[in-house]
Amino acid sequence: MNTTYNFAFFDEGSKREIRRATLKAIAIPGYQVPFASREMPIGRGWGTGGLQLTLSLIGMKDVLKVIDQGSDESVNAVNIKKLVSNTTGVEVTEHTSKATLIQSRHRIPEVPLTKEQILVLQVPLPEPLRYYEPSETETKKLHAEKEYSGAWLMLFEQIMKYGGMATGADHPVLVHDRYVMAPSPIPRFDNPKMNANEALILLGAGREKKVYAVPPYTKVVSLDFEDYLFQAEIFADKHCRICGQTDVFLDELVDELTDETVYQCNDTSNCLEKLNSVGVK
Amino acid sequence: MTDFEVPVLSVKNLNKQYGPGCLKCRGGESSSLVKNYCQVCGTVYACRNVSFDVFPGEVLGIVGESGSGKSTLMQCLYFDQEVTSGEAYVSDYENGEKNLFQESSQQQRYIRNHIMGKVYQNPLLGLRMNFSSIGNIAEKLIAAGNNHVGMMESRGTELLNKVHIPVHRRKEAPKNFSGGMQQRVQIAKALSNHPPLLLLDEVTTGLDLSVQASVLDLIKSLQRELGISIVLVSHDLGVIRMLADRTLVMLEGKVIEQGLTDQILEDPQQPYTQQLVHSLL
Ligand SMILES: Nc1ncnc2c1ncn2[C@@H]1O[C@H](COP(=O)(O)OP(=O)(O)OP(=O)(O)O)[C@@H](O)[C@H]1O
Ligand SMILES: [Mg+2]
Ligand SMILES: [Zn+2]
Repeated sequence: MNTTYNFAFFDEGSKREIRRATLKAIAIPGYQVPFASREMPIGRGWGTGGLQLTLSLIGMKDVLKVIDQGSDESVNAVNIKKLVSNTTGVEVTEHTSKATLIQSRHRIPEVPLTKEQILVLQVPLPEPLRYYEPSETETKKLHAEKEYSGAWLMLFEQIMKYGGMATGADHPVLVHDRYVMAPSPIPRFDNPKMNANEALILLGAGREKKVYAVPPYTKVVSLDFEDYLFQAEIFADKHCRICGQTDVFLDELVDELTDETVYQCNDTSNCLEKLNSVGVK
Repeated sequence: MTDFEVPVLSVKNLNKQYGPGCLKCRGGESSSLVKNYCQVCGTVYACRNVSFDVFPGEVLGIVGESGSGKSTLMQCLYFDQEVTSGEAYVSDYENGEKNLFQESSQQQRYIRNHIMGKVYQNPLLGLRMNFSSIGNIAEKLIAAGNNHVGMMESRGTELLNKVHIPVHRRKEAPKNFSGGMQQRVQIAKALSNHPPLLLLDEVTTGLDLSVQASVLDLIKSLQRELGISIVLVSHDLGVIRMLADRTLVMLEGKVIEQGLTDQILEDPQQPYTQQLVHSLL
């Protein structure tokens, strides 16, 4: 552990300011709370929003897991883990169920979260109405007045263009019947996991200087139309080629030897756990 | 029109000033004013004590020189601008008993989405140039509470058909359209929620004569067919003569003359109106 820095890199005042914004975010589910995003030893846009939340929350007894698009071993995940463990000395893990604090980019883990856990999601674009309305002053008004025609209009446009709702990720949700929220670029597959989740879910955008939250057991509904219902990605008849699971988010790959399309778990630690519990064939 | 008829829209003493006003110009009636502009503080008294009624199925024309406050009046009625003082009542909202300018911005949005349609002088203000034409119409339908894609698509197609936009171009963005086509998309959008009241601000200004004629014909036939009430602003008496049952003449923010259109054209009372009418002949 590197002791030339304060515990968890930031000074206590900075951490307190971030936690204050976080408390406000928890009190108003789905509402984007501005905070003074700090300079970090990694570039903005590389998970600094999530990292600031993690650093402001972490305590000596926490067990940390960091994932990037389902993988614990990507360069990004490893670097973030290194920074946090270097400045805190906390234990890190790859097992979702062992972690108390999970920072993630683009996925919610397959293993259901519990009320003992906090999930921190990294957010590139926190404003779900941005493409519809470029001005921040205007989008603030739209949120204040619960005027969300723009969010549905963007989905309508996709249906006109592509014949269906084509949001690959970041499909907008309505939180606690009040605020429309960008769930961060998680696949649609993960949207339903946000609804009534036992864990506290925090979302941080470093570049845009916003934090927002989905407190435990909050109602989260994906936007849709009467005749075009929200649908998560379906992997019918598909299973992971490594562990064999079926009801998980699968990556589509092309086997270089056989040129066949194959599928495997996107959540690699969950895949490994499954494999170990079944026992190697 | 009888005395017993209840106006669709009733405007009383509407004032709108741009700027704070000063001791010299307070009240907008002083010698420091040049026309409706205060030379001391730079305040513009854009609308001064404007009052009028619009009756069911009527087309009310508003003429006046450039800068006389016509667009400002329309913006105030559509809540794009906040009035400085004054009242407006709409028979379809709370029995015409509530002053619209006193309502919350959320209520004003409701009124705008359900009871009014507007065509802006500048199509950039009335349309989302990068969204599809049918999407532009859907925006208003969604705002009025629709959630059925199929229904909105068929209503949008029907309306675009009505304003002679070819069906196969309905998914194109208005930015690809000519000025006349853009105005027609605006008209279709404004009509989408069956508003009892339509506000048209210089719909034909800037269009070439043949397109002008076709847009005017369109408005005339739609008005007859649907029986809506229209407030039609133009600085062109020719347009007013063709469409308006009654006409207000504005000068320097004030209504200087009003009456049946024929009457005003045949026997103008005010010097400004006389000049205007003579220039038409
Ligand atoms: N946003 C604004 N801020 C300050 N002054 C404004 C603003 N909008 C309009 N004005 C002023 O208010 C007066 C009335 O303008 P308005 O656009 O209502 O005129 P108009 O009758 O519609 O003219 P035109 O026939 O040229 O469209 C003008 O003197 C104008 O300069
Ligand atoms: Mg104008
Ligand atoms: Zn003044």
